[in-house]
Amino acid sequence: MKKEIPLLITFLTGVIIVVTFFIPHQPFGGMQQRLLIWYSIVLGFTLLLGVDNLLRGNIRRMARRQAGWGYAAVLMAGFVICFVAGVVSLARHNSLIALNGPFMYVYTYMIVPLQATMFALLAFFIASAAYRAFRARTLEATLLLITAAIVMLGRVPVGAELWDKLPQIQDWIMEVPQMAAKRGIFIGIALGTIAMSLRVILGLERTYLS
Amino acid sequence: MTSVIGTWIAAGLTLAIFSFLYRDNPAYKFAEHLYVGVSAAFAVLYTWAFDIWPMLVEPMILGRGVADPVDRWILIVPACFGLLMLARWIPRVAWLSRWAISLTVGIAAGLGITGQIQGILLPQIRGTLLPMNSIDNIILVVGVITTLVYFYFSVEHKGLVKAGARIGVVFIMASFGASFGYTVMARISLLIGRLNFLVTDWLHLFR
Amino acid sequence: MNFFEKLVSLDRRFIYLSLGLAVIIPIVFKLVLPVRVSEPVRAAYESIERLTEGSTIMVSIDYDASSEPELQPMLLSVLRQCFAKRHKVVLLGQWPLGLPFGEIGLNAVSGEFNARASSNADSIVYGRDYVNLGYRPGYRALMVGLGREFRDFFAADYRGTPLDNLPLMRGVHNYNNIDLLVGLEAGQAGDEWIQYAGARYGLNIVIGSTGVVAPDMFHYLQAKQIKGLVGGLQGAAEYETLVKHPGTGTAGMVAQSTAHVLLLVFIILGNIAYFVMKGRKQP
Repeated sequence: MKKEIPLLITFLTGVIIVVTFFIPHQPFGGMQQRLLIWYSIVLGFTLLLGVDNLLRGNIRRMARRQAGWGYAAVLMAGFVICFVAGVVSLARHNSLIALNGPFMYVYTYMIVPLQATMFALLAFFIASAAYRAFRARTLEATLLLITAAIVMLGRVPVGAELWDKLPQIQDWIMEVPQMAAKRGIFIGIALGTIAMSLRVILGLERTYLS
Repeated sequence: MTSVIGTWIAAGLTLAIFSFLYRDNPAYKFAEHLYVGVSAAFAVLYTWAFDIWPMLVEPMILGRGVADPVDRWILIVPACFGLLMLARWIPRVAWLSRWAISLTVGIAAGLGITGQIQGILLPQIRGTLLPMNSIDNIILVVGVITTLVYFYFSVEHKGLVKAGARIGVVFIMASFGASFGYTVMARISLLIGRLNFLVTDWLHLFR
Repeated sequence: MNFFEKLVSLDRRFIYLSLGLAVIIPIVFKLVLPVRVSEPVRAAYESIERLTEGSTIMVSIDYDASSEPELQPMLLSVLRQCFAKRHKVVLLGQWPLGLPFGEIGLNAVSGEFNARASSNADSIVYGRDYVNLGYRPGYRALMVGLGREFRDFFAADYRGTPLDNLPLMRGVHNYNNIDLLVGLEAGQAGDEWIQYAGARYGLNIVIGSTGVVAPDMFHYLQAKQIKGLVGGLQGAAEYETLVKHPGTGTAGMVAQSTAHVLLLVFIILGNIAYFVMKGRKQP
């Protein structure tokens, strides 16, 4: 019951999707569309999965005055502010993303700077890591370094100012050797995905049930 | 006025995150926790506004845009699967969420097989079948084949396979180097975006 | 401690400060460099330019704030080009946190055109010239499903207006009614558009992507699975050059250049220090 039904669901849905690819006519085409709609609906619920754990953990931290409970309060305040703004936007403007709604205010002035700056930090970390770890120790590492240097210079306007052939060399690297390796990698990934998908549908791969 | 206050809030939060570059500190922790909190609310609101409301409540409960009663009431099935997904919240019945996971995994696997064959394998192999009448074409074909040889671990890498794999490494390293260059470009662009905001939108307020 | 020892153990905060200055100085002084347009970007531009007036273009917002500096200027340029050619724009999003950027972009560019318009016919009107469908979860399932009927997933637009009440959407049912998809990609959604909407339904696709994603798109370009590729902030600057409307992409190019040069100087210095120290350690 705990394993058999999930395996059956996976098998049936997987087979239906594959069969309907080859026979898109009715009633198969309609079955496929229905399953795709269901997939879309069910997938949306996964967005909620982490929220429960997160809120429960932080409310507990606040209630018990555990170390860092102040930050838990900040987290909860952020949740409440954004949630209330969203509800007001939906009630007043019939849309979450109405530009003059309070939700977009929270989005523009809180979510965007927080998320964007979090990722902007990576520029500093990549610079520091490149300085410390990017060494021409072997032939392969040297090749990697030289390619990176040509691409970094050739892809920005200063490259053409330094040497007018640099952008063309950069284009060639991207369009020929780089592309060839990526194609090889993507073909490999495709073969792996097909094999794994078959194993999943046939019930040989069950790690997703653990 | 509200946009001025908003810009100050955004600038404060930007600087709080950047302060991590010096060392971990309360301002960074404050911003980090705030980010997690608002993101969690965002997830809840989005699930309601763009999934549950338009795809379940409106067609099924309110009957909007659905003429056929079968189309309307069959939505009970995905609604149940969606609720089963949330069974993970209750440890005693958490195993029921496997049913919902199975539905998504089965459909994704089915789509994966057809998508990879039709969308990657066939067109990419077709794109590699080039006339060997230019150096670029020869390099391209050799690059694709030797990269595949490098990742083929079912046979021992010796003799011709070893030589092929060795050439494959050259292409792979060139590819990784190019990817590194582009990744640097992307990360710097994000920094430019944030500093642009601070200089143009925020410092502009002082003038 | 000699010079090379100091160089090897350089404080990371010095690197951070140098990088910060290398980026901020060109921004403060508004320095600009000429931008050379590459072939993949020109091909993307031409794909929209060559369409007959009034064609329907779908734009997918598959990014969020973490890549907004690279992709938002592309969105603005594409919208400017589309509205100038009187193409119809159908916008949707695959990334939940990114959809508001689509709305911000549509509002900004339609506002620019409407400020210059002298009549309703000249104006860019919601529902007639552009539509924002919103976001739905599902990625590849959604992409395959839209190929059959948009209404199965988007019965209404993001404000709840039924699609048949929007003049633009009355004739749009599936990809047969879409002339081109412009996917603005910060992740895997681009691959999925190509694999599921492009390969299965023959939808014409142009990709605008972040620098991280761009190298993974060249094999699609060579195999003619996409019509053009706009990669990273440089790509955005090139597109701005083509639509003759310089924006944040063009403005960021000097900062991008100085940061790249600085990083390469650091890498070279790091290597020099490493090899000198290594040479000294060996007897």
